[in-house]
Amino acid sequence: MQVLQYLINGVSIGSVYAIIALGYTMVYGIAKMLNFAHGDVIMVGAYISFCVTNYMGLPAIVSILAAMVVCTVLGILIEKLAYKPLRGTSSLAVLITAIGVSYFLQNAAQLIWGTAPKSFTSIVTFKPFSFADGALVITGEVIITIAVSILVMVGLTLFTGKTRMGKAMRAVSEDRDAAQLMGINVNQTISMTFAIGSALAAIAGVLLCSTVPTLQPTTGSMPGIRAFTAAVIGGIGSIPGAMLGGILLGIIETFSKKYISTEFSDAIVFAVLILILLVKPTGLLGKQVQEKV
Amino acid sequence: MKKLLSNKTTRTNTITYLVVTIAFLVMQILSSLGMLGSATKGYLVPLCAYIVMAVSLNLLVGVCGELSLGHAGFMGIGAFTGIVVAAVLKNVIAGDVLRLIIAMFAGGIMAGCFGFLIGIPALRLRGDYLAIVTLAFGEILKNVIGNLYIGLDSEGLQVAFSAGSVELLEGGKMLLDGPVGATGIEKISSFPMGFVLILFTLFVVLNLINSKEGRAIKAVRDNRIAAESVGINVTAFRMKAFVVSAFLAGMAGVLFGLNISSLQASKFNFNTSINILVFVVLGGMGNILGSVISATVLYILPEAMRGLDDLRMILYAVVLIIVMLCTWSPGVKNFMDRIRTSIRAKLRKNGKEAVNNE
Repeated sequence: MQVLQYLINGVSIGSVYAIIALGYTMVYGIAKMLNFAHGDVIMVGAYISFCVTNYMGLPAIVSILAAMVVCTVLGILIEKLAYKPLRGTSSLAVLITAIGVSYFLQNAAQLIWGTAPKSFTSIVTFKPFSFADGALVITGEVIITIAVSILVMVGLTLFTGKTRMGKAMRAVSEDRDAAQLMGINVNQTISMTFAIGSALAAIAGVLLCSTVPTLQPTTGSMPGIRAFTAAVIGGIGSIPGAMLGGILLGIIETFSKKYISTEFSDAIVFAVLILILLVKPTGLLGKQVQEKV
Repeated sequence: MKKLLSNKTTRTNTITYLVVTIAFLVMQILSSLGMLGSATKGYLVPLCAYIVMAVSLNLLVGVCGELSLGHAGFMGIGAFTGIVVAAVLKNVIAGDVLRLIIAMFAGGIMAGCFGFLIGIPALRLRGDYLAIVTLAFGEILKNVIGNLYIGLDSEGLQVAFSAGSVELLEGGKMLLDGPVGATGIEKISSFPMGFVLILFTLFVVLNLINSKEGRAIKAVRDNRIAAESVGINVTAFRMKAFVVSAFLAGMAGVLFGLNISSLQASKFNFNTSINILVFVVLGGMGNILGSVISATVLYILPEAMRGLDDLRMILYAVVLIIVMLCTWSPGVKNFMDRIRTSIRAKLRKNGKEAVNNE
């Protein structure tokens, strides 16, 4: 029973990682850049949701929508102002710019909301379910998180598979020049990717802070790095890979904390990453690209 | 001498050594005249450590073409090794300078060994995957050092991974206390030693770049397959650069660690690695003097803006983004080129008119 409890908790936190990892992986697939500012978009989303519920007294669902809208606009703005001028240059230049954006967001948040942690009110109001005389407790947050992530994953799979925009995204990630020659508006597609990734980050921010209710300007960085790890485990650039990697990472983290060592859980998670990359150098579901001379 | 300076590499290297030496002498003179505040003096040794970090990372990122996001991990290994070694040798070796040098080499060798261990799996990977593995190793090292307990008493060193396991005899001292880190460190680093370390680093890195090894490493960076096909052992050369870089980072860590009274493993996190990477990229990839200058400017800039308080880091972020956009963006480059040509055209036109008027 205990194992089941940890498994469920692991899947729950893993689902949050998966949603964040989707943002990393989509942006990497299309723009071929590591967007290190993604973790901070999560934090902004959580703060927006916090403000809407606590200062304006609006219901949770409105706060989530507001966070999604703000983050979407933010994502598109960041792409247009900071990343687009550098498109096609060294990937390292884009990486450093992304780090600049990340510093900017963290410090702007610190300026607006202060460094003192805010306690985030969970968006879930119903009571936890208890099974087998309390041996297995499933909280509302866990249910909502898993439900939302399933919804997101199904929605995203349908979007990339069936819609025109989704197909355009896949085409751009496959070969940007060829896609452009086929009449796909590459700029618009990249903007759309950032928009979707950032909206997902907002959702992830709210879910994350509902589970771990402390909110501060650095809230996004560690989950951001974890989710990035998850994206790489799954094979960066692959959407099902990000989902698999996220959930796997959540389960590994929960179990290693419980059965091996709380202090070393970070080291264990990253060691698993290295082991997986040793066996499969492009991640679990990543494509093995043949090198041509 | 003239013959020496006619060689371009030799000239660049001489300039690099000269700039560093002159900067050191100027600081020494200012300091002896009492023109430096105690705050400014306090920045000198960490600055030396960061310069060494930037130069050693440049060897990896700029010369070798491998993106590393965990360089601070090596600095951390070096720092804590150095602290332990310096404490153990306290009663054996009297001279602080000799003790610091031994600690530095110990820290460097330890970091180099870890660099070798990490290099075995990491160098099988390429590009972004190598970057993430170095990030992961940096985090693992930080996590492990943060849970390491080392005590010293009359019977010797005791090492453990849990708080209660180190039982010291009377008079014993905890050198490293898990998440609390090392406290009561004896400060034996000094600015002149920092300067010597910078010179040593420059000597090692510049000679490596201009040697047969260095040319092979650059060939691997520019075209790995072509380099492999002319018989260069790619993995061996990448490994060499990786270990040397880790070794120097470890020495920088010792210099840094033995300069402050308390040090936690969390100091050597992802953000520190990233900051050093920023020094390298803004200084110019593969440009060693550039790394020295940008490390100096970027380390002093946020410190100099302390008066601005909250706005300080936000300004730093904005400056960073703008500099990146201005130096790399093709749009900005074209714009500047157009302005330059239009100015030149105008000047030429004016010149012609002036000639005609005569």
